[in-house]
This record gives sequence, structure tokens and C-alpha cells, in this order.
Amino acid sequence: MATVEARDIRKSFGTVRAVDGVNLSTKEGEFLVLLGSSGCGKTTLLRMIAGLEKPTSGDVLIGGQVVNDLPPRARKIAMVFQSYALYPHMTVFKNIAFPLKAQGMRADAVRQRVEWAAALFGIELLLHRKPRQLSGGERQRVALARAVVREPAVFLLDEPLSNLDAKLRASARDELQQFQRRIGTTTIYVTHDQVEAMGLGDRIAVMQHGRVRQIGTPMEVYDEPADTFVAAFLGSPPMNLIEGKDCLVGFRPEHFLPKEAFPMTEAASVPFRVTRLEYLGADRLLYGVLERPFPEQKVIAKLPSTVTTSIRQGETHEFVVKEKDLKFFDRDTGLRTAPRPLSTQFA
Amino acid sequence: MATLYRVRRWLADGAHFGIVAAFTIFAAFPFYWMLITTFKRTTDLMNRTHNPFLFHEPPTLEHLRVLFYDTLYGRWLANTAVVGVLVVVVTLVLAVPAGYALARLTGRWGEQLGIGIFLTYLVPPTLLFIPLSRVVVGLGLQDSLWSLVLVYPSFTVPFSTWLLMGFFKAIPSDLEDAAMIDGYSRLGAFVKIVMPISIAGILTVVIFSFTLVMQEFVYALTFISPVSQYTVSVGVPTFLVHGDVYFWGSLMAGCFIASVPIAVVYNFFVDRFIAGFTVGAVK
Repeated sequence: MATVEARDIRKSFGTVRAVDGVNLSTKEGEFLVLLGSSGCGKTTLLRMIAGLEKPTSGDVLIGGQVVNDLPPRARKIAMVFQSYALYPHMTVFKNIAFPLKAQGMRADAVRQRVEWAAALFGIELLLHRKPRQLSGGERQRVALARAVVREPAVFLLDEPLSNLDAKLRASARDELQQFQRRIGTTTIYVTHDQVEAMGLGDRIAVMQHGRVRQIGTPMEVYDEPADTFVAAFLGSPPMNLIEGKDCLVGFRPEHFLPKEAFPMTEAASVPFRVTRLEYLGADRLLYGVLERPFPEQKVIAKLPSTVTTSIRQGETHEFVVKEKDLKFFDRDTGLRTAPRPLSTQFA
Repeated sequence: MATLYRVRRWLADGAHFGIVAAFTIFAAFPFYWMLITTFKRTTDLMNRTHNPFLFHEPPTLEHLRVLFYDTLYGRWLANTAVVGVLVVVVTLVLAVPAGYALARLTGRWGEQLGIGIFLTYLVPPTLLFIPLSRVVVGLGLQDSLWSLVLVYPSFTVPFSTWLLMGFFKAIPSDLEDAAMIDGYSRLGAFVKIVMPISIAGILTVVIFSFTLVMQEFVYALTFISPVSQYTVSVGVPTFLVHGDVYFWGSLMAGCFIASVPIAVVYNFFVDRFIAGFTVGAVK
């Protein structure tokens, strides 16, 4: 087992800075998720940790040792690719045995280990098949079995669930987390799916333009976003951001509630004209604009179906947001700033 | 309605079969003609009232006797095989690494180098044999089969490199990355993963290079004078055409014997050439 650390790591492809000064370190046995939209540099960062790309500058440390000059095979890592990268000319058994054969392990020991790994993922009956005879979910299990079979110090997973359909993905997520808890291997997981990130990660590093914008537990990055990017990236629908006199004020759609149903004190009261309704079963989404004294800006409210207040299109209702649920951001840098009374922002 | 459907279905099947049959006949017919001419008596062959595709007189082995006892045909076959095998080896040794490097060397340079290599293939031997004959003499290889082993890769390597480049490009680089993480060097990943997957491409190169060597005429004619060093493509037309007299039976026998092994080998591996070999690797 080992920790992974990136120290001021950078990677440029020509003039494009794919990774632009990333510092992060995992804890022992941690499940760390790199989250960002496509092209944010998360996969490049993972590939540098794996040794498949050479950093332009900066250091990668695995188990406290600088591994910049070590080839991938010497880093005691295992990686699962988005494409699974199963060897098409080998059976499932040979695919899983491949890393063990590379170590020169004896045939009977190899058989034992492969059977152990296959049992772990319930693919014992597929061992004689070729990858082309497997379904997407089965291929993913083979890829995972191949990764665990040699008991690596670190797991690197590059969007391993993105090729599965939605139903399979939910169960695979569950299995993946249980499995990681059981073997307790430090894991770095790359995804663009915030639900996956929130559900799986011990901590999440939110990335944009090759930089880490915030790193923290799912609760921290969701409830206390460090800047407007993180605030708008996480959450569906994203955080409402309205322009005040000298800062941006943000609040989550699910914290924006009708006063009739939630007569709260220590809450800001905001007049909200609803222009469109979406009924989504578990939730109701209300699209609309704020009214004076607030600027006429579009915001979204998300009401759980347990809130039955009657609201119709075109009506104006008083809505409330708890003061502790209001987040303030600097207008120029987008960074979080100290809370201030709403009356100073909207007159 | 059902009858109409059945008729259309029948017509479609008939057309399908007809096209396949036509192509099969077109491809197999030269072999048949070579084969029957090999065993026909010259009098039967030369009689213009006889159907050339049927026997009118009893078959004969005379043409084969001429081929094997009056000429050095056996020796020429051996020469051709030796040169073919050596050229295939040289081609693989050069073209496999070159094609792989060009496939993985992405960006402007890789592509332009690839096109540049392919362009050299387009320069015809009828232009090149004059300067190359100076090179061959300079190296003291004239009248030796080694001159052909040296010169033939000049057209097999560029084409093979270009062909293999396509095969290697079709292999997702994730597979090599995975193999490198699983404990192999880049070379190890190439040998264990890339080579077995591109076996179809490598076999194509083997057969293609060997065929080119068998049919090459200009270099073989100009670089080599001793009869014992001839290849089939030079020996057969040189010794079985006397002035304007063609020894058709022996000519056809010589061509048939030389072409059959390649055809057999090709058919043996034909399913290997069918694409879709990497299905299941990714996605």
C-alpha cells in the first residue's frame, strides 16, 4: 500500500497546457476522485502518475519515492482504462494472468491467483472466452480482475464505468466501492460524472483548465465551494449565482424554498416570479426571475415532491434562503469571500 | 404477395450466386488453362480446329520432362525460393519496426515520412536498374543472387512499411499502455500484444513480398548472367521461347508450378486476412 503525491506537476502539449501546476496527495487507502469536464487535464494527470506520460516539470511520488524516471511497470500500480484495453487475442484467463506472467510467476501459482481474482468479480465461468464474446459489464469486470490480480500498491481508474448503461453503472459503482473498502488500496479515480464522484470519493479534486480548483470531501466541495466554478460545476441544477453590488451571491436551488411552506427566521426573503415549471417526479423545478429589489436575473428552485405548495406559471411568490446557505464570491476572481448582509448588496 | 416475395428472393439469390460464380471462374480460369496446356500434346495444342480447353489426344508428360530435364527449372525454383525467403526476412526486419514507429509517431512528421516512404515505391524499376547496376557492380555482387536480396527490399520495404503502418494505427494505444503497466517494456508490449494482433498484416506482407520477388523480371535479368543463378521469372521465358517458337506446354507447366504454392498458402490463411481482428479489445 502507498500514497500518491503530485508536486507542482505540469504537462504541455505544444502550446497547450494540459496540466498546469497540480499539487495533491492521497492518504493511505484513500479513494480520491479527479472530477472535471472533458479536456480539463484529469486523464493526463492520471497518465503521468501511471508513467505513461512524462511530466514537463514537477514530481510524482508513490510511497514517498520520486518515480519520475521509473517506467510504468516499476511503479507498482494497476490501471483500468476507459476502453478496458483487454487483449483481444487472449482468453479472459490469459488476460488476467498477463501481469503475473510478466513477473515470471510459476504456472500453478498463476492459476491460483487468476481464480482468486475471477471469483472476486464473479467471472469464473468466463475464463475460457475471448473479450469479443463478453458484454460491456463482463469486460469491465475482467479489466478490474486484471488490475487486482497482482495486488498493486495503487489503483488508477480512468472512467471505468462510462461505457456501461445507466442501470449497470449504479450497481457497478456499488460493487467498486465495496471492493475498494475491502482491499483498502489507495485509488485514484477519474470521472466527469459528478454523481459518480460524490458517491464514490472519500475526497474529490475538482479540476478545470489543468488546475485543481478545490479538493475536499464530497460534503465540503458541495456545501462550501471554493469558487464559482466549483459552485456551478457541482449540483444539478447548479448553484444560482446573482450579481450584487460588489460580490456574487450564490444559493443552491434546493435551498430556495417558498415562504408559505417554510416560514423561517434568519432567512433572506426574495420575491420570485415563476416563468416555467418542470415536474420530475421526485422534484419540481421552478424556473423564473427575481423581482425588485433584486436584479431581474434567472434562477432555479428545486422543490422536493413533499412540498405541495401550489405554484403556477406567471405567479410571484415570496421565497426564502437561510442565511447560512448563502455563499459569497468575489466578482473578479470568483473566489469565496466573507459573508455580508444582503441589504448591502441589493438596495 | 407471398409468391412475389418468393420470386424476388429467388432472383436475389440467383444474382448473388451468379456474381460469385463469375468471379470464381474469372480467377480460376488461368489456372485451368495452364494446367490443361501442361498435359496436352503439341499437335493437339497447335491444331486450330481443336477446342483449346479440352483434350482431343491423350495427355502427355513430355512438356514436364523438357522443363525438368532440358532446362535448369528445378534450380531456378530453388533460387527463387531462396531469394524470396531472404527478401521476406529483410523486409520484415526493416518494415515492422519502421511501420510501428511511423504509426505511433503522431503529428505532421510521421505522416509526411510515411508518404515519403510510399513515394519511393512509385519509382519504376525500369528507371532504377541503371544506377542500381552500378551499385551492384561496386559491391561485387554481379551474377550473384545476393544482388537481388540487396535490391528487392528497395520496393518491398516501402510498400510493406506503409501497409503495416495502417495495421498498427488500427491498434488502440491503450493496449500497449496496459501491457506496459502490466509489466512489460515498450518492446515487450510490442512483441506480446501488437505483433500477435497484427498477424494478418504481417502475413499480408510476407505473401506480398514473396509474390513481388517471384514476378520481378528487370533486375533479375540485368544483374545476373549465369544460367544456374537465374530465377524462374527470367529462366522460363529465356529458355522456353526460342526465337519465335514458344514451348507452350513447358511454359505453362513452369508458370503453374511456380504459382500454385502461393495460391495454396494464400487460401490457407485467407480467413486471417479478414478484418475485425481487434473486436472486443476496447468498448
